[in-house]
Amino acid sequence: MKNTYDIVIIGGGPAGLAAAISAYDNGAKDVLILEREEKTGGILNQCIHNGFGLTRFKESLSGPEYAARFVQGVRERKIEVLTETTVLSLTKDKRITAINTKDGIFTLQAKSVILAMGCRERSRGALNVAGTRPAGIYSAGTAQKYVNIKGYMPGKRVVILGSGDIGLIMARRMTLEGAKVLAVCEIMPYSSGLKRNIAQCLDDFDIPLYLNHTITKIEGDKRVTGVVVSKVDENKRPIAGTEMHFDCDTVLFSVGLIPENELTKEAGIELSPRTRGAIVSQTRETSKEGIFACGNVLQVHDLVDFVSEEAEMAGRYAAKYVLEGKTEHDYVEVLNGKNVSYVCPQKVDKNLDEHVKLFFRVTNTFKNCIITAKCGDKILAQKKKQIAVPGEMETLMLVKNKLSEIDGNIEVSLEVQE
Amino acid sequence: MFDVSIIGGGVVGGLILRELTKYKLNVCLVEKAGDVAMGASKANSGIVHAGFDAPVGSLKAKFNVAGNKMMESVCADLGVKFHRNGSLVVAFSEEDFKTINDLKARGEVNGVEGLEIIDQPRLREIEKNISDEAFAALYAPTGGIVCPYELTIAAIGNAMDNGAKLFTDFEVVDIEKHESGYIVTSKDGQEIASKIVINCAGLHSGEIAKMIGDSDIKIGARKGEYILLDRESGDFVQHTLFFTPTKLGKGILVTQTVDNNILLGPTAEERNDSTETSANGLAFVIEKAKKMCKNLPLFNTITSFAGVRAYSDKHDFIIEESKKAKGFIHCAGIESPGLTASPAIAKYVVETLVGGMLPLEENEEFNGIRKPDYFFKHLSMEEKNEIIKKDPSYGKIVCRCEQVTEGEILRAIHENPPAKDIDGVKRRTRSGMGRCQGGFCQPYVAELIAKERGMSLTNVTKNGKGSNLLTGVTK
Repeated sequence: MKNTYDIVIIGGGPAGLAAAISAYDNGAKDVLILEREEKTGGILNQCIHNGFGLTRFKESLSGPEYAARFVQGVRERKIEVLTETTVLSLTKDKRITAINTKDGIFTLQAKSVILAMGCRERSRGALNVAGTRPAGIYSAGTAQKYVNIKGYMPGKRVVILGSGDIGLIMARRMTLEGAKVLAVCEIMPYSSGLKRNIAQCLDDFDIPLYLNHTITKIEGDKRVTGVVVSKVDENKRPIAGTEMHFDCDTVLFSVGLIPENELTKEAGIELSPRTRGAIVSQTRETSKEGIFACGNVLQVHDLVDFVSEEAEMAGRYAAKYVLEGKTEHDYVEVLNGKNVSYVCPQKVDKNLDEHVKLFFRVTNTFKNCIITAKCGDKILAQKKKQIAVPGEMETLMLVKNKLSEIDGNIEVSLEVQE
Repeated sequence: MFDVSIIGGGVVGGLILRELTKYKLNVCLVEKAGDVAMGASKANSGIVHAGFDAPVGSLKAKFNVAGNKMMESVCADLGVKFHRNGSLVVAFSEEDFKTINDLKARGEVNGVEGLEIIDQPRLREIEKNISDEAFAALYAPTGGIVCPYELTIAAIGNAMDNGAKLFTDFEVVDIEKHESGYIVTSKDGQEIASKIVINCAGLHSGEIAKMIGDSDIKIGARKGEYILLDRESGDFVQHTLFFTPTKLGKGILVTQTVDNNILLGPTAEERNDSTETSANGLAFVIEKAKKMCKNLPLFNTITSFAGVRAYSDKHDFIIEESKKAKGFIHCAGIESPGLTASPAIAKYVVETLVGGMLPLEENEEFNGIRKPDYFFKHLSMEEKNEIIKKDPSYGKIVCRCEQVTEGEILRAIHENPPAKDIDGVKRRTRSGMGRCQGGFCQPYVAELIAKERGMSLTNVTKNGKGSNLLTGVTK
C-alpha cells in the first residue's frame, strides 16, 4: 500500500466522510480515510431513530440513511477508505501509525491531517456515583448498540441519569422494546437535550423527568436491584430527606460526551479546557499547521447537520492548504463573555475574506435575551432570542466586510432584556 | 488424593500454589468465586512496602522485608509489572517529623535499606504537586508498586501450567478429618481429599478454621474506598505518598500504579458486608488527597471502587500449623503489608511448614517463567508485525482506551486461569479498564466470550453467576 497521502482523515464517521468529500471537491484528490469499525458512518449506524437531516436536507432521515448519503458520496469519488484500522499515534509532523489485521502496524506520511475521531460518553465511574458495581449499568450509547445493532435487551426496568439526547432517545427506545423506564433524572434545572426529544421521547410515553435530581446510590450485588434518587440544592448537593427509591435492574448514564482527543494531545496540539477539543480558527486549523479538526472531536454538536457543515469547512481548507501551501495569518482571539460558556472557533484569521460563523453555548436558560459579538465597543453581530438554553448550540455570523473593522479580540456575550 | 489443597485464590494462596509446584506434589486450589483474586487481592493499594512500618520482631516485619526483596524477581518470572518507585511518608507537623524519624529508626532495625529523611526543597523537587504545607518526608527507595490481581492471576496461571488444579465456584462448607488427611466439601457437594490443607481464605479464614474445630482465628474486616484517575494524569505523582501515621490511623495514600493511573485511598471502615462505595467515603478520599497534593486532577477520575481487607485480632500475620488439627496450616490475618510479604510467606509455608510434614522432592520439569498477559503492547513494531502475520487477531484493536487487541483477549479466554466473563477479561488484559470504562469495547468482548465459550450472548456475565449483562432479545 501507499504510504504518503495529501490528506489523511482520522475517523470515518459523519465528520470524516463530509470532510473527505469536501476536500476532494475542492481539488485534493489524494485522500485516505482511516476508520476503526468494520464500516464507515460512525455512531449514526446505531441511531436508527429519525430526525437527522432536517436542517441540511429538509427531510427527516434515520441515522443510517443520513450516513448513507455521505458513504455514497465517498464511494462515487473513489476516495480510499481503510476500515478496521485503528490509529495508534500521530506526530506534529503528520506521521500516522496505524494497525489492522491485514497490513499489521504501518506508518503514513500526510501533508495534511483532518482529525475526526468523534467523542465518547462520560461513564458512571467519572461521576463517582456511590454504591455497588453490578451488571446492568451502561452508558446510553452502549445500551443503544446492544439494542439496535446486536438485537439484545440490556434490561427490563430502567432508570436513566442525564437528560442528554442519547438518554432521551434510549428512554423511548427501551420503552418501545417492552422495558419500563421508571424515571429520567437530571441534576441541572433544565434538560441538556433538544426540546423536541423531551416531547417525543418522554412526554409521549408518560416517562417522568425529574429535574434537579441525581442518583445517589446504586444497589445490587450481581445485577442492579435498585437506585436511590435525591433532589439536589443549588450547589448540586443531594438534600437529605428527599430520597426516592426505585426498584430497577438497569441504570443508563447519559451524562455528557467527551471529545476523544488522545491523539490530538500526543501531537502537541493545544486544547481548549472548555470544549475539551482543539483550539481552532474559522478554517478549523489547529495550533499545528496543516492539522485540522471537525465534528464532535472538536466540539460536541447537537445535530449531525452542523457536524457535516463544519467538516466541509475543514475539508475545504485542508485542500487549500495542500494545494496552495501555507498562508499568512492575522489572528484575533474570540473570548467567552458574560453568560457564554464557550465559543468555537477560539480565534479568527482576519486575512480570510469570508463570513465567519461563530458557534457557542450559553451557561443557563435565558428568556428574552440579546446575544452580541463585540470588538471593544464595536458591535460586530447581534441577535435577539426569545429563549436560549445550554442544550442548543447558538450561532452568530460575522459578515466578511466587518472583519476589517476588528482591531482587537472579539467577545461574545448574552444580556437579558428587561 | 491431593498432597496439598489450598482454600482461597488470593495472592497468598496463589503464590503458595505456585511454590508447591516446584516440588513433585499433587496440588490444588479451591476458590468460592468464579475467578481468582476476587477478595482483598482484587481491590487494595498495590503497594510493595519497604518495611519500616511493621513492629520490630513481628511476622509482618520479617515477611515484609524478605518479600520486598523477592518481589522483583518473582514478578520478572511471572511477567508481572513491578516498579520500584520509592515511597515517601510525608510530614505536615513537628509531631509528624518526630514520627518519621522514629519510623526511620524502626525501619533500620527491621533491615530496610536506604531510608533517608528529606527536606522540603528536595521533596518539592521530586514531587512537583506536593502540598505547600508538607515540610519533610521519610524516603524509602525500596518501596514499590505492583498490581495485586495481576500477580495473583499470573501465579495461579503459572502453577496450573506446572500441573496444579484450580476449582472455582467451590465454596467450602465442610472439612472432615480422616486418617490420611482431610476431605473438603463444597456447597454443591463436590469433595476434594488431600493430605494437607492450607487455609488462605482471607476474610473467611476464621470460618474455615472453625470447620476443623479451631476457634483461635478471629478475623475482623475493614472496608477501603478508592478513586482511580486516568493515566493521562499518570505523572501527577512519581512516588507512593503516605501521610504520617497518627493515633487516628494511617490516612490515605496517593500513588502511581504500575499501569500509570493515579490511585487515591483507601478509607478504613469496620465492616465486611459489602464492597459498595459511599458518598462520604469518596468525599473523605478527595479531602485527604487534596491535603497531600495541590492541583489534584479530579476531572480525570475514571472510576471508584472499594475492597474489604481482613485482619486478625492479634494484629499480626498468623502463619502456622493449627494447634487443633495436624496437617492443617493457617495463613490468616494477612493484612497490609500482606501483598509485599506474599512471596516470602509462600516460600516459608512450603519449605518449612509443608516441608516438615511431607518430603519435598524437586520437580525438574517446573518452569517458573510465564509470558506476560500484556506482552504484545511492549514488543517492537517488527515483532508485533511478525505476530500479526501469524495471527491477524493481534491486528484488531478492541479496547481503544488501553489499546488491547482481539488476540490478547482470546489468549485471556483460553490461557490458565481462563477468563470466563467481562471482568475476568478486564483484569487480565485491561480491556475496559480505561477512560471509557468499557463503553465501547464491552459488546465486542461479550461477543468474543460467547463465541469462544460456545454460549449465547444472554449468558455472558460481568462478574460470575447471576451477573448477566443482558436480559433477553429485542422484539
